[in-house]
Amino acid sequence: MTTMAERTRTTSGAPGGTRTLTLGKAVNEGLRAAMRRDDKVMLMGEDIGPLGGVFRVTDGLQAEFGEQRVVDTPLAESGIVGTAVGLAMRGYRPVCEIQFDGFVFPAFNQITTQLAKMHNRTRGAVELPVVIRIPYGGGIGAVEHHSESPEALFAHTAGLRVVSPSTPQDAYTMIQEAIACPDPVLFFEPKGRYWAKGEVDLDAEIGSSTLDAARVVRAGTDVTLVAYGPSVETALKTADALAQEGRSAEVIDLRAVSPMDTATVVTSVRRTGRCVVVHEAPVFFGAGAEIAARVTEECFYALEAPVLRVGGFHTPYPVAKHEHDYLPSVDRVLDAVDRAFAH
Amino acid sequence: MTTTNGSNEAIPTLQLLDPEGRRVTTRGTKGYRDRAATLTAEDLRGMYRDMVLTRRFDDEATSLQRQGELALYAPSRGQEAAQVGSAYALRPRDFVFPSYREHGVLQVRGIDTVDRLRFFRGSDHGGWNPYEHNAQVYTVVIGAHALHAVGYAMGVQRDGTPLDAHDGTAVITYFGDGATSQGDVNEAMVYATVNQAPVVFFLQNNQWAISEPTTRQTRTPLYRRGEAFGMPSLRVDGNDVLAVYAATQEALERARRGEGPSFIEAFTYRMGAHTTSDDPTRYRTTDQEEVWRRRDPIDRLAALLRAEKELDDDYVAEVQQSADELGVRLRAGVRALDGGAPVSTFDDVYATPHGVVASERAWYEAYEAGDPPADQYAIAETAQGGAR
Repeated sequence: MTTMAERTRTTSGAPGGTRTLTLGKAVNEGLRAAMRRDDKVMLMGEDIGPLGGVFRVTDGLQAEFGEQRVVDTPLAESGIVGTAVGLAMRGYRPVCEIQFDGFVFPAFNQITTQLAKMHNRTRGAVELPVVIRIPYGGGIGAVEHHSESPEALFAHTAGLRVVSPSTPQDAYTMIQEAIACPDPVLFFEPKGRYWAKGEVDLDAEIGSSTLDAARVVRAGTDVTLVAYGPSVETALKTADALAQEGRSAEVIDLRAVSPMDTATVVTSVRRTGRCVVVHEAPVFFGAGAEIAARVTEECFYALEAPVLRVGGFHTPYPVAKHEHDYLPSVDRVLDAVDRAFAH
Repeated sequence: MTTTNGSNEAIPTLQLLDPEGRRVTTRGTKGYRDRAATLTAEDLRGMYRDMVLTRRFDDEATSLQRQGELALYAPSRGQEAAQVGSAYALRPRDFVFPSYREHGVLQVRGIDTVDRLRFFRGSDHGGWNPYEHNAQVYTVVIGAHALHAVGYAMGVQRDGTPLDAHDGTAVITYFGDGATSQGDVNEAMVYATVNQAPVVFFLQNNQWAISEPTTRQTRTPLYRRGEAFGMPSLRVDGNDVLAVYAATQEALERARRGEGPSFIEAFTYRMGAHTTSDDPTRYRTTDQEEVWRRRDPIDRLAALLRAEKELDDDYVAEVQQSADELGVRLRAGVRALDGGAPVSTFDDVYATPHGVVASERAWYEAYEAGDPPADQYAIAETAQGGAR
């Protein structure tokens, strides 16, 4: 088996330099670079060929790489993931697109009972380098099943890696790292941020060590805001508002939910003494609960207040008319920070 | 010939060997008879041997379970012709995706008898390296592996392997009548036909999904499912090793030539229980079991070989001797399987280091060493090191 280091040593095949790209286009460029680098990389999904996917993330890729490498699949998600398992056993690196978060559940069995466990079941003989891309999260005014955040369901399953980029640069590099990873990776793309623009260094080094590492995206001293995916922007805006009040917030982009880079969070909270976790997923049994438990264990004597969570409620994702009341907003994060300071 | 489907509907069924062991020369079966005719007496004796050894393996495993040495066992008794006959048509580079009752297929594929029971012993979730014999480990979630087979076949297509009846590569997946109701099996047939993937769907209709008869799964003869999805489909007498061999060879060659998938329904009977935890007396009659006992696939092949003077008492005794040796080796081998050290639970969860597994493993090792760490987190930090 080729190791990840060997696979990632070569430089990107994409046009080099730095460009301003939307997050969606950055994923597109990342896929293109990975496909140019390794002809075993292939894409599978519904409407990803001539249409380029409903969000156009695979735009132009079938034209460049052909129908054998960019496969418009039948409309059956279990089939997408199940056949990807077989393709990976034959030496391919399939990248599956699930059209929307709420449509991953027909594939849930294949992901949790097969994809996640095959390596362990075969005592390491079989590696399944399969990436499952899932546009997730809300804020786009969609109908039911198009705005959910099911990442905790996958983080709870051993054998899967669960990551989510928050910026175009991360989208570009992390998708390539996910493809190079010999483990199955659930790649959650914040669909509400697909159109957000940012500078992307197309020559950025693709290395495995950064896929799982959290990043301090804003330094601060009074409270640690932990977020990932679409909520990083909310946390940064909250930090701006706090700065106007004279409070200094440190913002951590978790980037990976499994594994979870607890060390970066703990190091921060030991300094700030306060921690607020923000995600769109329901807080009940969500990633924030795991962070809260671990921070409480490791920072107990440094904490000025309990770890607080801001996120979705224990309801079905609401109708579009109510989603902006449901999603964690700057005001709700500020409210949590106020409560943390009131202790 | 025809068989029925629980109703009285007559279903065309390929048969080349009748229950008395006589070759059948029905019109329209010449192509299959020609294929069966390529099997030499030595081949047929080899099939007989593998079927007898599979049955002995079954009996030994059942006994081991009764003695508490296995957690569970799923016998293949009655299905030896379907399994051995189809596996004989495979070539080494073909790839097998079994369900969990394909002990006869594994016998022909050359997978070690002890390794085959690791799963049922509770010492492994699998038991062998799938790439060593081109045979995937057992899959327990019914039908899930059918999609893996199709995906693997899609990979074969992309590899640009030769499109040749002998030098090409085919994939075969085994599943049962119950599995035909699963979404994954149906999705697998969609993906296979749409892509014209080189895969053979080999259904062993043993008429029982634990306690539910085939009538609880379908109103359509199951071989017609394949037809409906757009692939050549055939029902064969699953207790007739010649018909199974000929039909499977035809389908595999079609796949290897790049002519797409096929569907074979081997109509057979699960003579034993679903598993050692099952009690068939609650849902079926001994009358039915007796009918099928008279159609025993091993007796049928033995009768043919005897009639053609190709099986003598010496060979039978030699096979019995091999079966006895299999039993001795299996009993000792299974009892020696212990699953390794408990800490091996943390092995091979991921192919690359994962911080949560690493820290939990480090904690567990310290705990087992009688030195539970005061600060679990410190250990986690150390274990995570550079690779989180």
